[in-house]
Amino acid sequence: MTTTVAETDAAAGTGTAATRVIGVAALVVVAFVAVSALLLTPADAVQGDSVRIMYVHVPTAWVAYLAFVVTAVTSGISVARRHRTLGFDRVAGASAEVGVLFMAMTLVTGSLWGRLTWGTFWQWDPRLTTTLFLFVTYVGYLAVRNIDTDPQRRARRSAVLALLAVLEIPLVHFSVVLWRSLHQEASVLNLDGDVRLDDLMLFTLFAGVVGFTLVYAWLVMHRQRLAALGDAQGTVGLDAAIAARRAEASSVPTGVAARTKGA
Amino acid sequence: MDDIGFIAASWVLTLGSIAALAVFTLRRAKRLAARVPDSAKPWL
Repeated sequence: MTTTVAETDAAAGTGTAATRVIGVAALVVVAFVAVSALLLTPADAVQGDSVRIMYVHVPTAWVAYLAFVVTAVTSGISVARRHRTLGFDRVAGASAEVGVLFMAMTLVTGSLWGRLTWGTFWQWDPRLTTTLFLFVTYVGYLAVRNIDTDPQRRARRSAVLALLAVLEIPLVHFSVVLWRSLHQEASVLNLDGDVRLDDLMLFTLFAGVVGFTLVYAWLVMHRQRLAALGDAQGTVGLDAAIAARRAEASSVPTGVAARTKGA
Repeated sequence: MDDIGFIAASWVLTLGSIAALAVFTLRRAKRLAARVPDSAKPWL
């Protein structure tokens, strides 16, 4: 007896060949980044070894921004399409879930890095405050998605919120330029194009961005399929309940039904 | 290496939380996939 690819995929739940390839690539790249960041790259001239936190802090921030932009774009498509299917809405929701996790990690790693460089875990600084505000906004977005309602209404409601929330990202990114901030300005994506990093540090940081983006893609693929399974299970459950109710009604003897009617 | 506790905490928390979400997602997907017909799984 042989096992087909479809049977293997069915047993794996939401896994396919594409998710397996992306998953393996993500593992390899992230493993390289961990080794390079912790063992191979030099310490920073000013910050010393604490700069090794940068290799997780910056990629997680990048992925969070990416995730929220993807949420906005897919929400926009979901609303604009005349024949509405829920596929884009599920991608929007999955992307926001992963984005919230990465944003939380950005805040946590930034706080640890801040303790080493500024001497404090938290300051109500423009960059930190706007980042926290962005995080709370998307936690609210996920709460709105979990309000118990029909999927089409959920898609419309959450799309409006996603299209508004994404406008906070430029505010977060440029907060260090717009206001006086403890947080340093961008070392790579700065307006003057001057990259202030050693070659291996820059390469490791770039690999980190690629690796965490692959992790993001893998998670979003699985989680949007998980959302589809959740919606399908709701439909299956409703169909079963209706069928059971019909069977129950048809099994009542006609005499009993007539008496019940008369009463 | 200076500040190793903070550096290790950053890496462990980040990779650990991603791994936890991945494991939770896969386990839930496996459980739900067993209850839903294949017609509701367009990726197959």
